[in-house]
Amino acid sequence: MKTTIAVAAIVTSLCTPSSPYAADPQLGRNLAATCANCHGTDGRSVGGIDSLAGQPKDTLVRKMTEFRNGSRPTTIMHQIAKGYTEQQIDLIAAYFAARQ
Amino acid sequence: MSNPNNNPWSRRHFLQASGALIGAGLAGCASTAQRGVARVVVVGGGYAGATCARYLRMWSDNRIDVTLVERDADFVSCPMSNLVVGGVRRIEDITLSRENLARRHGVRLLRGEVAAIDLDKRQVRLTTDERIAFDRLVVAPGIDFLWDSVPGLSAEMADSTVLHAWKAGPQTTRLHEQIRSMRDGGTVALCIPKAPYRCPPGPYERASTIAHYLKTHKPGSKVLILDANDDIQSKKGLFLKAWADHYPGMIEYRKDHVISSVDPTSKTVRFELGETVRADVLNVIPAQRAGDIARPFINRNGRWVGVNWLSMEAEAAAGVHVLGDATFSAPGMPKSGHMANQHAKVAAAAIINLLGGQPINDQPVVMNTCYSFVTDRSAMHVASVHQYDAGERTFKTVAGSGGLSTTASDREGDIALAWARNIWADVLG
Ligand code: HEC
Repeated sequence: MKTTIAVAAIVTSLCTPSSPYAADPQLGRNLAATCANCHGTDGRSVGGIDSLAGQPKDTLVRKMTEFRNGSRPTTIMHQIAKGYTEQQIDLIAAYFAARQ
Repeated sequence: MSNPNNNPWSRRHFLQASGALIGAGLAGCASTAQRGVARVVVVGGGYAGATCARYLRMWSDNRIDVTLVERDADFVSCPMSNLVVGGVRRIEDITLSRENLARRHGVRLLRGEVAAIDLDKRQVRLTTDERIAFDRLVVAPGIDFLWDSVPGLSAEMADSTVLHAWKAGPQTTRLHEQIRSMRDGGTVALCIPKAPYRCPPGPYERASTIAHYLKTHKPGSKVLILDANDDIQSKKGLFLKAWADHYPGMIEYRKDHVISSVDPTSKTVRFELGETVRADVLNVIPAQRAGDIARPFINRNGRWVGVNWLSMEAEAAAGVHVLGDATFSAPGMPKSGHMANQHAKVAAAAIINLLGGQPINDQPVVMNTCYSFVTDRSAMHVASVHQYDAGERTFKTVAGSGGLSTTASDREGDIALAWARNIWADVLG
């Protein structure tokens, strides 16, 4: 098995593009998809938790900042918001703001 | 592989499959788009597989041909199934159709069972002998049980008398019925395997929802937790507080209870330390490993599938993406439906880029939340956010993020139900 895995590894590296991991243009979409479990696919909630789709970017960034600094009442968002960088929150907010 | 009686997971098959890795690897780097429509086969339609099928279609603007192979008719949710065990929800409430995946997203739904994966020909063969070709394969089988961990208990016995109810479905209802028909004053014993197992807080949630039922309907009864671990595995303080608040004297917790044998007829369990326990209802959750379909790709501790976290590709097979509970977890990453859904999105994004000859995202993020009910209405959470660490090539929990509820509450019970509705819609379209 060892040899087979080693061969597979070489093959993988041979066929990987020279700069395999450049910044992905879909980064905002991918990051926003981590919120969908609670806020709905593309931020369109089916109920019980607010939709994020269509909220202005600045509003979303402000709310996330308030979650992070503890000035907005929350059960869970303070813990989630602290897991993302400011740049990531910016990308997420831009993505949701662009969903009509 | 030509012999229909061939055990698909035999050594011979495994070697064949491994020999095919080179072919699969090379195919994986060709830009399939140039050869026509790229085909992805997803095996398993649970939280991981169904999400992946949906997002592959959605994020490729329906340009990828996606077939979802699933054995069972309906999606039955493991999260919330302890409410069915505790009798406050019916199995219908956690049972959903997969038909939106076909109707709204154009996923080809194929009800059937996979007999073999042929990496050489890049085909999945069903037990009906139907063959489905793929450019990339997604395997999301969930868990299967290590029956060796519970000597005396077999899959058959476990289905009739000593239930696990650790895959939501008929056993979930049956476990509730066993508890409902138990005499008042009886004992429900719940045996927990050593971690890692599916849903770390799940067994303790189950003890709570069972206690809630007993307190309401059979107040002289008790729940006995026999844990192979040396402590409560998740939300310890919150569970202990909830049990003291709601069920004083009703739930007894015993640690370090590793099973040495089970006698299903007398509902007796023997433990390595020499103790013997007899129960009126015996619920034994055996130790677990990656589900059967993923067996050829198991390379960690003989139980789990190690993956490249940037693509969810199995370490042991290029072109095969393994998701959810079957994977060898990153540090601090639970085996949960929420996490399985997040794995699926990382895989969908990567597969689309790989099939289109694009570089894959080098900064994936996943997050988890598990809500646990402690009464019919009151719930609490544990949450975590996991960022990819390029140096260590794994996901790591972000320091200072995530955490627990301050206490269980009805407000979080409502949020937990809203979580379920939203994630179900996200998974099933
Ligand atoms: C586990 C469920 C869950 C996840 C995942 C989640 N949220 Fe939330 N979110 C909530 C809940 C619940 C609230 C209500 C406040 C609270 O109780 O914390 C909320 C509130 C919010 C609000 C305020 C809503 C409003 O319009 O006033 C924003 C903004 C928000 N979340 C953004 C996000 C973003 C961005 C993500 C992904 C990075 C995310 N959430 C992931 C559960 C979740």
